[in-house]
Amino acid sequence: MTDLTSMTIAEARTGLARKSFTALELTDAHLAAMEAARSLNAFVLETPDQARAMAGAVDAKIAKGEGGPLAGIPLGIKDLFATRDVRTTACSKILGNFVPPYESTVTSQLWRDGAVMLGKLNNDEFAMGSSNETSCFGPVVNPWRREGSNTALVPGGSSGGSASAVAALLCMGATATDTGGSIRQPAAFTATVGVKPTYGRCSRWGIVAFASSLDQAGPIARTNRDAAILLRSMAGHDPKDTTSVDRAVPDYEAAIGKSVKGMKIGIPREYRLDGMPAEIEKLWSEGAAWLKAAGAELVDVSLPHTKYALPAYYIVAPAEASSNLARYDGVRYGLRVPGRSIGELYENTRAAGFGDEVRRRVMIGTYVLSAGYYDAYYLRAQKVRTLIKRDFEECFASGVNAILTPATPSAAFGVGEKGGADPIEMYLNDIFTVTVNMAGLPGIAVPAGKDEQGLPLGLQLIGRPFDEETLFSLGEVVEQAAGRFTPPNWWGAKA
Amino acid sequence: MNASVKPAKLIKGQTGDWEVVIGLEVHAQVTSKSKLFSGASTEFGGEPNSHVSLVDAAMPGMLPVINEECVRQAVRTGLGLNAKINLRSVFDRKNYFYADSPQGYQISQYKSPVVGEGEVVVELGGGHTVTVGIERLHLEQDAGKLLHDQSPTMSCVDLNRCGVALMEIVSRPDIRDAEQAKAYVAKLRSILRYLGTCDGDMEKGSLRADVNVSVRKPGGPLGTRCEIKNMNSINFIGQAIEYEARRQIEIIEDGGIIEQETRLFDPDKVETRSMRSKEEAHDYRYFPDPDLLPLEFTQSYVDELRSQLPELPDQKKARFIGGFGLSPYDAGVLVAERESADFYEAVLAGLADKARDGKLAANWVINELFGRLNKEGRDIAASPVSAAQLAAIVDLIGEATISGKIAKDLFEIVWTEGGDPRALVEARGMKQVTDLGAIEKVIDDIIAANPDKVAQAKAKPQLAGWFVGQVMKSSGGKANPQAVNDLLKAKLGI
Repeated sequence: MTDLTSMTIAEARTGLARKSFTALELTDAHLAAMEAARSLNAFVLETPDQARAMAGAVDAKIAKGEGGPLAGIPLGIKDLFATRDVRTTACSKILGNFVPPYESTVTSQLWRDGAVMLGKLNNDEFAMGSSNETSCFGPVVNPWRREGSNTALVPGGSSGGSASAVAALLCMGATATDTGGSIRQPAAFTATVGVKPTYGRCSRWGIVAFASSLDQAGPIARTNRDAAILLRSMAGHDPKDTTSVDRAVPDYEAAIGKSVKGMKIGIPREYRLDGMPAEIEKLWSEGAAWLKAAGAELVDVSLPHTKYALPAYYIVAPAEASSNLARYDGVRYGLRVPGRSIGELYENTRAAGFGDEVRRRVMIGTYVLSAGYYDAYYLRAQKVRTLIKRDFEECFASGVNAILTPATPSAAFGVGEKGGADPIEMYLNDIFTVTVNMAGLPGIAVPAGKDEQGLPLGLQLIGRPFDEETLFSLGEVVEQAAGRFTPPNWWGAKA
Repeated sequence: MNASVKPAKLIKGQTGDWEVVIGLEVHAQVTSKSKLFSGASTEFGGEPNSHVSLVDAAMPGMLPVINEECVRQAVRTGLGLNAKINLRSVFDRKNYFYADSPQGYQISQYKSPVVGEGEVVVELGGGHTVTVGIERLHLEQDAGKLLHDQSPTMSCVDLNRCGVALMEIVSRPDIRDAEQAKAYVAKLRSILRYLGTCDGDMEKGSLRADVNVSVRKPGGPLGTRCEIKNMNSINFIGQAIEYEARRQIEIIEDGGIIEQETRLFDPDKVETRSMRSKEEAHDYRYFPDPDLLPLEFTQSYVDELRSQLPELPDQKKARFIGGFGLSPYDAGVLVAERESADFYEAVLAGLADKARDGKLAANWVINELFGRLNKEGRDIAASPVSAAQLAAIVDLIGEATISGKIAKDLFEIVWTEGGDPRALVEARGMKQVTDLGAIEKVIDDIIAANPDKVAQAKAKPQLAGWFVGQVMKSSGGKANPQAVNDLLKAKLGI
């Protein structure tokens, strides 16, 4: 029997269809891998009983020829997604042991298509962070290490658990969410493929909100094809989310291997930062060369408002967050720390329930929305956002099909290494990714190489609204040229 | 209409006359089956927390979805207020912490309301009117209700009302005294009830008002206003304004200044009390709700709704005056409440000759029926006399089958015993006697028996009334009064 955890979703799909193994066997292999990899702290809740029950039910369906597109595929679910009768915390103490009586739209579509839930994945508290260090369950460890070093590295964030688990072969794919780079940056740090779909492509219903106008769910997987398979099940219109778009979901997998000949690929000059590491520069040129070799045309483009994106993002996102997180007040669910008055109850509960980074952003958000500051901060940031959007619109209107950039300004860094004294140091991780959220566009991070310490690096492709297909076609070209990257297993022998 | 603008009622202080300036924010609960952003029922009086959806309870990851029926009702109300309808409006979040607000914010409309400027013409006594400008109407969520009497150590919250749609209707500060304010709220309530967009039940809290009051020297600059919150009775609104205006005048005349603040009215002590000062006022940190797209609809949608609007009180009043010759006062009384107008319309529909008897029917509805209902403290819905029965009575008068006096007896019978008025008249021999021979005989008998009265009447024709009374008496009231008069005049030679 082949190694059940190192297969891609596409390979497992074939194996299951040929009855080379059962869904239950596949699930058991992953449950064993999860158990052996607890030191990575990728899962905050393992649901083996539910996983085996789901897998057994799928086997029965497969036997009757009724398996769905994801029949028997074991997945990890970011703890931001509400899962019915399964604890959902957003990795915040304030939700405590909250068990939702409802299932998010995205995950219910995965179960509809036959996927199996292995458990809930770690993330930065309320998805606020770029290293998965703000989780109340502690940091996630990246399966990748620097060559010749035992230093624990972060997997990026906020979807650090998702990226780490997929890279370490603990699950075949994972759900994730991206507000400023939370899918793409961890994907780049772990040599996985991460897709941030167009805003409105996936329903936000049942996903714990961080910043409503920026949040978007997407998959993390090991290949472009796997990501395409997952996205097809996750995407779709949901009448319960007014901001989701009523538009047919294409067969994304059909875009894999499609020719990119004649496509115009924009190389934005504003993404060439001062002091950018040479290896990032080199990776970017290599990526461009691969696409050119595949028949695409490279064009220099300008996105002049790029430099304002990060500061504007750190006004808009905290503003929305400060309001979205007001519901965690200790009154109806989650943590409650009593007080002598309702005001004290709020203060005690929120002081005990929220971590430092969440509190920082709630305070920033409250400040920028305050009377007298609204126009100077929030309103101005929204204007900047319009300009950023227009930059992209003009670029695409000139015939550009997609834009190629580095995914991150560096490779993964050590746990505790960044942001201790200055949060901006951490925020700069999202410098290449936030623009995409601000403009509501689709973006994909694909593994493209390694730095001189042997750590994975990723490239980002940014597409036209609802043109995820082009991103998959281009991502596949990079994947074919760069190859796939799997970290050596140092965390524990598999069962 | 030939109504005139009544001069503002001034209040006399120690330093001269003062003018009161009043503006109202009326919160009207939208008539709809489900809440503004969730599918939960809006039914009144359920068990606490029995009409609460996951959205209303602000569970993690829940999203609001606009209820189109509430939008339709808001637009219809805007049309009824002769207001500008905004084809694009925006929902904002009004952020504040309180246990009756699970989201930690209320979804409202701040900068771009669904309805813009309009106006309401308000009738006052003596044929006067005042036109009150409407600044805006916006949609927003109602809050839950805190219950402080369920536990000695805790407060409880009932979220049944949480998320129910409200229309906040903001007037311009065009109102100048308590009477105008009361009349404005009554008129607004009447319009809403005609439209069926709010049931107007103030006792249940379906209609509440925040009243802004300030005082100034006539024609002078505006004074600092105080806002009296959450008034749920038209009479209390009047009392609160009277008290508040005098309170402010006293402070100013004593050399003090008015602090902008929010106040509450105590109906037992008939006074207003400070609730919170401007310094304590919330910073609501409004911003557009990112969970909701801007609310957009087309002009043809608005036109369609306009074409389906029911007749509103002003139009109905004009039709009653023009069509049936009602006095503006009577027409005003009939249209003030939708139920009264509907009843009168039903009577009209039952009349054999509307043009002839429409005005008579109005008199009967107002004087006899409403008079009797008021006396017995009954609602028009509980009237023992139906519109069809009243129409039949009016028909009998109009066609001269019975006299007005007999009609009152007949009304009494129908009120207490019920039955078909026409059949009752037949069965009980109440028909008016128009047989001139029969009447003549009665008159002859009375003249023969009372020669002295005949002499007096001939000298002083006004005394002929005595004969009329006698004739009517001996005919059991059934003699046609006109015929009696004519015959008497001829016989007595006056």
